[in-house]
Amino acid sequence: MTSLWWIPVLPLLGFVVNGAVALASSSRRARRGERGGPLPYGERLFHGLVGVGTVGASGVLAFAALVPWTQQSLAGGALPVVETVFRWMFAGDFSVDVAFRLDALSALMLSFVTFVGTLIHLYSVGYMQEEEGYGRYFAFLNLFMFAMLTLVLGANLPVLFIGWEGVGLCSYLLIGYYYDKDFAVAAGKKAFVVNRVGDVGFVLGIFGVLALFGTTDFSFLEAARHQIVSDTAPLSVYAVCLLLFLGACGKSAQVPLYVWLPDAMAGPTPVSALIHAATMVTAGVYLVARTSTVFVLAPDAMTLVAWVGAGTAIFAATIGLAQNDIKKVLAYSTVSQLGYMFLACGVGAFAAGMFHVFTHAFFKACLFLGSGSVIHAMHHEQDMRKMGGLAPRVPQTFRTMLVATLAISGIVPLAGFFSKDQILGSVAAAGQWTLYAVGVLTAAMTAFYMFRLVRMTFAGEFRGTHEQEHHVHESPATMTVPLWILAAGSAVAGFIWVPFGVSSLLPRFLAPALAEVPEHEMSHGAELGLMALSLGAAIAGIALAVRWYTGRPAPEHAAHKPAEEIVVSPAAAAFCERTGALGTMIKNKWNVDEGIEAVVLGPFRSIGRFLWKGFDALFIDGIANASAFLVELTGDLLRFFTTGNVRNYALGFTLGVLFLVAYALFR
Amino acid sequence: MSVPPAAFLAAGTILFVIGLVGALLKRNALSIFLSIELMMNAVNLLFLTYGRMRGDPSSHVIVFFVIAIAAAEAAVGLAVFVALFRSRQTIEVDRVNLLKW
Repeated sequence: MTSLWWIPVLPLLGFVVNGAVALASSSRRARRGERGGPLPYGERLFHGLVGVGTVGASGVLAFAALVPWTQQSLAGGALPVVETVFRWMFAGDFSVDVAFRLDALSALMLSFVTFVGTLIHLYSVGYMQEEEGYGRYFAFLNLFMFAMLTLVLGANLPVLFIGWEGVGLCSYLLIGYYYDKDFAVAAGKKAFVVNRVGDVGFVLGIFGVLALFGTTDFSFLEAARHQIVSDTAPLSVYAVCLLLFLGACGKSAQVPLYVWLPDAMAGPTPVSALIHAATMVTAGVYLVARTSTVFVLAPDAMTLVAWVGAGTAIFAATIGLAQNDIKKVLAYSTVSQLGYMFLACGVGAFAAGMFHVFTHAFFKACLFLGSGSVIHAMHHEQDMRKMGGLAPRVPQTFRTMLVATLAISGIVPLAGFFSKDQILGSVAAAGQWTLYAVGVLTAAMTAFYMFRLVRMTFAGEFRGTHEQEHHVHESPATMTVPLWILAAGSAVAGFIWVPFGVSSLLPRFLAPALAEVPEHEMSHGAELGLMALSLGAAIAGIALAVRWYTGRPAPEHAAHKPAEEIVVSPAAAAFCERTGALGTMIKNKWNVDEGIEAVVLGPFRSIGRFLWKGFDALFIDGIANASAFLVELTGDLLRFFTTGNVRNYALGFTLGVLFLVAYALFR
Repeated sequence: MSVPPAAFLAAGTILFVIGLVGALLKRNALSIFLSIELMMNAVNLLFLTYGRMRGDPSSHVIVFFVIAIAAAEAAVGLAVFVALFRSRQTIEVDRVNLLKW
């Protein structure tokens, strides 16, 4: 139990090896004039082994570290293990070590990050085999694991920040994986830029923590727990919480910084599963939960967190209702579920929020990998209007996705039910009935759009082209095995909070790492009633989706129509028609991208154009050009003295000497 | 009986001015050159006079140096004129004015 640092370093080694081999290989191919096409089997095997192997080994190390610690902690309490690797920087009283910390929170994160990460690496072996940049892909994915594990294990905010930026970088690199496609490059850039907005907040928040507590080491969490806060700090606790939350909003795609996540679906599907569903996007929730002892000092900030979370949850869910791209539905679903997590944190139920992070990692990874399997089978078709009737053709994908869909919809006894119900129960217990209503409504919508996805994809008759129909096939075992494991996880992950109540496993385990929030007692009957209500909402959503999206009969000539003209559900179309403007707004994703373009980007571009054309081209360049002109003018005037006539020069000498003599005599 | 130093000074100054005017007004390079020699010898004369007034014989040494260097300089200058005449068939300085912008 002395080698925590190996856990992030192993994937880093994988990155170095995979990256070096991929570079050497691609330059060799370029020299030979070969272009495109999948790699030879030997190289694929090597990259796969290194990629999966390093992450798997780091997973084994992680579990070897966290299982004994967890047992000890549950048996009677264990102190956080902090392992200092080296001193990074110091100035006066201030110092930062590169140090890793194993406590309840990082143990929970570590468990599913390495577990899901390894499975997704394994899945990628099959999914990416046709791709040209196979080695590059595994190198980046390994680098991502390094950054994510650094983020999770970091024992102070600067180390956490390194991981934080590292995952952002890998996210950018992997969204733009298909770098010859404009939309993928633009999506990567968008993700990076939007995250910068949040990161400004995070960096300032780190300085704020330093000002408030005099240290960025996580020992400040205990100081905050005992309310030992500097009263001479230039920032209030409230401001620091807001700054940290701004960072969390950027990374975890909350309103209004969520816009990058749907676009991030331009990356390969396993990347969406690993980075943009299971792990990286939950970093914001992790940050808020990690600094929970600070957040509870500022109740107003908590309220804001709750409202932003609830707002995001329902807002993204409404957009998800009308999306036709299978990955976009899942992306908006992810945004919505992240909103739930923040909602939980906002009402003080940090453990419930982390619980949802945990269960969400399983079912959302399963859903994304399932959608990847469908896309693989459909030969890179992502539009659900061109699918339909896939259930008998890809039975394993169908069954695993169905399990995960039931889980995210919140059906007993799958994982999503427990975590979502725990969140809604905490919101209700806190007496926030408006937020509770939003949560239940979102749950119903979640169930609806998820079953809409399943029905449009798998039910009824096939709507794609005959060529696609001929091509449809079940994915190889490297892809279905992770699907089954994740489906099993989606089914059982919820049981770590059983039996219900504060004395159950997970909250008892997490308690030392989180802020103590006074428990609101609820009667058992009320609890069951609320449970029934959210379950009822989910079932209503499912029933509506099943009723509307029969997928049968397929519209006439669907195979030859473009996707835009295929109406899968006349009933849903008619309903959308009746809602009028609201329906149009939802279809247009509330015009948020256009709004940001008009309100933020447009003015920024105008300012940029002014600075370029007005300030730089006219003023700055003007100064340079004017001084050049002045020099030229002086030269033009002075050169008339250079006549080339020796006698003129002689006269010049003479006058000069006379002047000097006169000066010497009469000064 | 001896000539007063003021006479030497006056003669030297007059010679220098004649040389200066010649150097500025003449067009023929040889004439300019002669004028310059004249100025140089005027300076030598003045220098010796001041040395004598101060009772300092070292001025003679310096004047010998100047004469020697002037001889070398005359050789170089005349060689330049010969070369110039060969290439341009003239040594009129007003017509040798290529050294300009």
